[in-house]
Amino acid sequence: MSEEFKIEIVNPEKSFLSKDDVTEVIVPAFEGEMGILKDHISIISFLKPGIITIFSKSGEDKFYVEDGIVEFKSNNLSVLTSSIFNLKEIEKSKLQDLIKIAEEESNKPEISDQSKYLADQKIEVLKTLN
Amino acid sequence: MASLDDLKKRITSVKSTQKITKAMKMVAAAKLKRAQESAEKGRPYSEKMNNVILNLSNGISDKDNAPKLLSGSGKEQIHLCVVMTSDRGLCGGFNANIIKKAKSHFAKLAREGKELKIVTVGSKGNDQLKRAYGDKIIENISFKNSKNANYFDADKVGKIIIEKFEKEEFDICTIFYNQFKNVITQIPQAQQIIPLNTVDDENKSDETYEFEPDEDEILNNLLPKNISTQIFKAMLENSASEQGARMSAMDNATRNAGEMVDKLTIEYNRSRQAAITKELIEIISGAESL
Repeated sequence: MSEEFKIEIVNPEKSFLSKDDVTEVIVPAFEGEMGILKDHISIISFLKPGIITIFSKSGEDKFYVEDGIVEFKSNNLSVLTSSIFNLKEIEKSKLQDLIKIAEEESNKPEISDQSKYLADQKIEVLKTLN
Repeated sequence: MASLDDLKKRITSVKSTQKITKAMKMVAAAKLKRAQESAEKGRPYSEKMNNVILNLSNGISDKDNAPKLLSGSGKEQIHLCVVMTSDRGLCGGFNANIIKKAKSHFAKLAREGKELKIVTVGSKGNDQLKRAYGDKIIENISFKNSKNANYFDADKVGKIIIEKFEKEEFDICTIFYNQFKNVITQIPQAQQIIPLNTVDDENKSDETYEFEPDEDEILNNLLPKNISTQIFKAMLENSASEQGARMSAMDNATRNAGEMVDKLTIEYNRSRQAAITKELIEIISGAESL
């Protein structure tokens, strides 16, 4: 029996990635990282800033996401996100920019607790990448 | 009858207009292709988003405590209409169609005694609406500087709308835009985004989901995003429609200019011949009288 399932990542502009030989995906869900294997129960959750890791037959891919929703249903994993970057293609300067934006946001005086938490999370993840 | 010189000038002017419309048509055609592509590429996102929300709202346990963005504020008194038009003219009936649709909706609301507030996106809509509904327009947003429709802009509009909703400035929000069908046909649409219409339950699934964290929290996080997504979809459809409308309008203009040039050229040649004949007659009759 094959251990593979399908993943589709879409952002508002286009379908970002589509693969059907995925064996495991690790997503940074809001309440902690979550590994998804084939025949996982149907689930909807949303993402916090972090790294999506996709293990497939053709290798391992890593993406940085800032937000998004994951839906897993009948062995189809859909990830909806408005900001996603492939770690292989992302440039150092872009990373710096993202850190700067997140830091600015985190230092705003009127920020809500949740947004502050998210912004700090962004900074933390981005710094480990750097 | 106009003199030969005048005719000549008119022919040149019509010809140069034709050149411009032809160039605009080509540009619109190129842009249309890109806009159409991005409209098609953007569809999976909004469809998926819709699906997830449908599944969520079916699974929600406590309907009375559902987020307000989904269930509405409980009143239907104040309507917010977001009229999305282009920033540029010369695109045929594109803007006029949206305005017409919006105005008939406004009239209906007025008959029902509802209060109306308008947000215009795009300067053309603002220009056309401010004469009749100037006091109703509460905000005018324009993205003249953005080259293409992008999610960032849509998110900005979405945030403005949500902010107003949270301040209870309106109860129901409808967006007006043109849906792109093909180059000749664009269908003006009125779509209600707050509260969300979950009536079209065609692809309703019986699947039960596990939610993490709970439904309410996901919905609270998701619904604002959905607003932005819907607006982004409308923007994409709009930009494809705009280019399509401009292309066919410019095509028509080029053809009309061609017809006009033909007509004027015939007139020019006729009057030139008439002038020659007249001169000949004068010479001959002069010679005869000698």
